Amino acid sequence: MNINTTKIISLLFFIFSAFYLYTAYQIQVFAFDENAPFNARTFPIYLGYAGLFFSGLKVVLPEPNTIKVDHKNLEYKKTGILIVIAIIYGATILKVGYFLTTSLFLFSSYYFLGERRWVLMFLLSFPFVAAFMYLLHGILDIYLRDPFLQSIGVMG
Amino acid sequence: MIEGILIGLTTALTLQNILMVMVGCFFGTIIGMLPGLGPMTAIALMIPITYGFDPATGLILMAGVYYGAVFGGSTSSILLNAPGVPGTVATSFDGYPMAQQGKAGKALAIAAWSSFAGGTLSAIYLLFMAPSLSKVSLSFRSPDYFALMILGLTAIAAFSSKGQFLKAMMMVVLGLMLASVGQDSLSDITRFTFNNMNLTDGISFVLVVMATFAMSEALTIILKRNDPTSAAKQVSLTELGSIKINKEERSKMYKTIPRSSIIGFLIGVLPGAGATIASFLAYGMERNVVNDEEKEKFGKGSVNGLSAPETANNAACSGSFVPMLTLGIPGSGTTAVMLGALLGFGVQPGPRLYMTNPEIFWSIIMSMYIGMVILLILNLPLIPYIARILAVPKNYLIPLILFFSVTGIYVMSFNNFDIYLMIGIAVVATFLRLYDFPMPPLILAFVLGGLMEENLRRSLLLSNGSWEFLWDRALTAFILLTTILIVIWQVYKTMFKKTNN
Repeated sequence: MNINTTKIISLLFFIFSAFYLYTAYQIQVFAFDENAPFNARTFPIYLGYAGLFFSGLKVVLPEPNTIKVDHKNLEYKKTGILIVIAIIYGATILKVGYFLTTSLFLFSSYYFLGERRWVLMFLLSFPFVAAFMYLLHGILDIYLRDPFLQSIGVMG
Repeated sequence: MIEGILIGLTTALTLQNILMVMVGCFFGTIIGMLPGLGPMTAIALMIPITYGFDPATGLILMAGVYYGAVFGGSTSSILLNAPGVPGTVATSFDGYPMAQQGKAGKALAIAAWSSFAGGTLSAIYLLFMAPSLSKVSLSFRSPDYFALMILGLTAIAAFSSKGQFLKAMMMVVLGLMLASVGQDSLSDITRFTFNNMNLTDGISFVLVVMATFAMSEALTIILKRNDPTSAAKQVSLTELGSIKINKEERSKMYKTIPRSSIIGFLIGVLPGAGATIASFLAYGMERNVVNDEEKEKFGKGSVNGLSAPETANNAACSGSFVPMLTLGIPGSGTTAVMLGALLGFGVQPGPRLYMTNPEIFWSIIMSMYIGMVILLILNLPLIPYIARILAVPKNYLIPLILFFSVTGIYVMSFNNFDIYLMIGIAVVATFLRLYDFPMPPLILAFVLGGLMEENLRRSLLLSNGSWEFLWDRALTAFILLTTILIVIWQVYKTMFKKTNN
């Protein structure tokens, strides 16, 4: 059997399905529901078995078209940086507020993707976010909490 | 029905809704022109904005985006031989050679008129078919619905995965597993939450769509060093030439359009099939029915060869609304996204939608037609200008897609856990995409997960735990038999390929 990445992914999915199935069996149901034809754990149990079945078949059966990915040509660094920026965005948005966090998120994303036209970068971050915020908050009436703008008195 | 059409027209022809169709078509065309970013991404990015509107307006906006994206896909197929969406691959077979002969404007006009005619005819079919199918589907019971969902999921796995049926089925199971997180709808028992309060209500549909499409699409573009905007830069520089269609070309289109629209519509109605298969089938059929002289022109800039797939793919778009509106079961990944959005509005599509929310039902049908008109009179002459807007550098486009994704999630929950969860799902989805694991089956399964469990529960409780409900009714048995045939066909195809190798 030829081992390739698709098979490894399928094997991981098999393990995940086994864990899912184990967790499905652990779901606590009401005592009167324990022997009912259908309870909260019935469907997940079927899903767990289905996951084991399909991923098991994928692992065992031969692969007619093997997909080859050239990892040398993949841009892991920039992708990783963007993911980290998004995580930092998630960590700061509640404390700092929507306007500043989102503007900095956009500005830093442009920068790390290699952009250096500072004026355009600025225009497409701070004023752009302000306009979008006005659309959401002012026109569509979607409330956006913003401690930073509140602290400087821009928002009530 | 006349009353319904009037209700639909009254709703769709309000200033706000006409504006929404225009915005939708325009935005959809922009996204559809970018190779790699399809209608699902465009619609996903729109969902958070639609929650500021009423359901009819929200859905009209999304329908406009859908048509615009398909039209935008045709444009890049014709001008650059780089289809923006899979449904427009067949368009490039004759559209691109025509553009190379200096008739790009004419090719775009033929595509636009064919799309318009295909969309118009299919809107008429839908007009007549949807209400009657709604009445028929009222006789559907839980076992039939359960079987129909199994069929839908199997079909989308079979058709969307280019011979990777098992991978698509794994994605279906993953989608159903994600849908099972949170409180059980009947007993309120929490499942797979691992004592995390943020998961009690389950995983948001918008989060999954944004993560698997918008965000992972953006990450994939960076990871693979693609530049989708390079195509748009070339379009903006292309000389289009005249957009006039002469009498001979028109007469060819008159014959092609009706037959291709029927094929497109019928294929679109089938669960899982959709615009891609419809356009290829219509192209193949057209090649078989034309005379030998015309047949020779196929692949070299044939009017029939361009008109057929364009008519069919737009007709299929309308057709794919039929199962969603009448049965509450989406026929494609794109309509699954729309179904999810409708559920978010608190509207349950299905046979009763026709009676309980006629304004939504009819305004969607009417807005389809308005969308076609807008695409024809606004988007066609504006293509070079739209392409210029699109020629923004990738360095700006990607952060903006990420911005719409994270903002979309944040404004829905005001919770940073959802942002982390979205990033996690997007990273996994990006990795899976690299190895050709298809995402549409996951979305369809995620949307149908809750409904499927509910119908299985009802069926099993009514039959006292016995699985006989699967063959008790002729309709259920027929649907399941169709599913089994699809599976056998897929297994046969896999084995046949193996022998060939």
